[in-house]
Amino acid sequence: MTVRLPPAVRDEIEGLYATYVDLLDEGALEAWPALFSEKAVYRIVSRENVERGWPLATMSCESRAALEDRIYSIRHTSLYVPRSLRHLVGRLRISPRDEGFGVEASYAVFETLPDQLPRVFSTGRYRDRLERADDGVLRFAEKLCIYDSTLIPNSLIVPL
Amino acid sequence: MSGLASGGPLAGVSGDRRWPAAGVSRVPYWVYTDPEIYRREQQRIFCGPSWSYVGLEAELPEPGSFKRTAIGEVSVIVVRDSEGVVRVLRNRCAHRGLQVCREPHGRRKSFQCPYHQWTYRLDGRLAGVPFARGVGGHGGMPADFDKRAHGLEPLRVASRGGVVFASFDPAVEPLEQFLGPKMVGWFDRVFDGRALRILGASRQRIPANWKLMFENIRDPYHASLLHVFLVTFGLFRADNPSRTEMDRSGRHSALISTRGGDRQPTAATTEMASFKRDLELRDPRLLDIVKEFPDTATVVMQTIWPNLIVQQQANTLATRQIVPRGPEVFDLHWTFFGYADDSDEMTERRLRHANLMGPSGLVSIDDSEVMDLAQRGVRMSPDREALVEMGGRGIEDADHIVTETAIRAFYAHYRGVMDL
Repeated sequence: MTVRLPPAVRDEIEGLYATYVDLLDEGALEAWPALFSEKAVYRIVSRENVERGWPLATMSCESRAALEDRIYSIRHTSLYVPRSLRHLVGRLRISPRDEGFGVEASYAVFETLPDQLPRVFSTGRYRDRLERADDGVLRFAEKLCIYDSTLIPNSLIVPL
Repeated sequence: MSGLASGGPLAGVSGDRRWPAAGVSRVPYWVYTDPEIYRREQQRIFCGPSWSYVGLEAELPEPGSFKRTAIGEVSVIVVRDSEGVVRVLRNRCAHRGLQVCREPHGRRKSFQCPYHQWTYRLDGRLAGVPFARGVGGHGGMPADFDKRAHGLEPLRVASRGGVVFASFDPAVEPLEQFLGPKMVGWFDRVFDGRALRILGASRQRIPANWKLMFENIRDPYHASLLHVFLVTFGLFRADNPSRTEMDRSGRHSALISTRGGDRQPTAATTEMASFKRDLELRDPRLLDIVKEFPDTATVVMQTIWPNLIVQQQANTLATRQIVPRGPEVFDLHWTFFGYADDSDEMTERRLRHANLMGPSGLVSIDDSEVMDLAQRGVRMSPDREALVEMGGRGIEDADHIVTETAIRAFYAHYRGVMDL
């Protein structure tokens, strides 16, 4: 089913995803939680857990504050080999909801570790819900990243 | 000079190996890289007289439920048969050796090889061989072909507290004897007979030798230094009451620690370069911990030879299964669980605390990354050795964390099994 969206709205939503990717890939992690509403839920889950009805998330943040804690930890408490990431998001499938929008899209994340060639780090599906806050800004109210593989290549540090 | 050969990092390193004369206070780096050592480990450790973890009974809720897993590199099927008995079968057709089970999990009435459709019952018995009696009087199996002799190879199975173990060795000692009384005690603390509820699976591929995972858990010295997150929030600190216990053989261990109530800097934290006193969580629900076990311990990490770690940290419970995939890589399979009688609030808490652990764990990221770095280091000089003298050179239990005794004990047992 094709839903006709005003082009300005599609532009706005695509802009949100472009910003999302840029902040993660270009190292501005501290600015990333601001794309989420205060009570937003962010989860990275394996497709297997989804299919088996198991609630475990590989990463689970139940508020913008929890996202900020995660970013703080990435910056200041975790030890890891430095790496660069590249997120690619496929075409957005947008469905208007009573309040906001549902958005689904495929994603691929490539990872480059020092002295190594880039590799596919994760592929999967975003299943998101956007809402417009009182300030008029469109943000993620819910973001679910469902990854295809059963295995994660070593460590998942930066959000998908 | 390092032992790096011109033909590549591992060329020419097989052959007779001799453990350093200093004993288990040294660990030669070739144990992490040598393909010949790895091959011997597969035979003597994983296919030898030991009980390997294969899963939780709660993963097999009804007759026909199965999962595919591995002991060492050997693929096995764990299945609840039509009588409800949990069986563990080698995943190999008796005919041409194909894996008869390809799906990672599911529910089945039988297993069928895709090649010639040999069919096996859930208990492994061979049920059907197409054209066994020939077609139109031609061919078929010899008259003395006995289906009973050609089932899927069954392993010995033992189950305790809902945890399933299997062994390739028919002469393996009973599980409780294998664990020893002290380790049975720590095991039963978590697996106390209550039905378990699976919360989910998480799996990662770590570019390091499998033994480094055990050494990591058996090394409380690192936990107070590397894990800034743990230390900062007092989940694990050098000045917390902690101890290391082992079974008589040293092959199993438990690291037991109690969280301190005080987050003030002490003489111990001043030696941690990265101690961050001012860190406060913006969403404190992450560490909303409730006491749930009768003792005072807040973290118990148990290692069970040769492939299991039982984790209790805060209110997150998990098994971690080690699956070696070569000398320099292993997969770590985490199964997070709670109890069937947990309140919804407790389940939420366990799921939230799971952020500490797994491939994206606020604590365990440090470990998977450090194992990668350790492997990169040892790969370049297989003829050098690790220095393991913290807390002395012995292998006895310790009532503090400034020790590597459990690593030494691991290798004392390992040397015996491996004849090194």
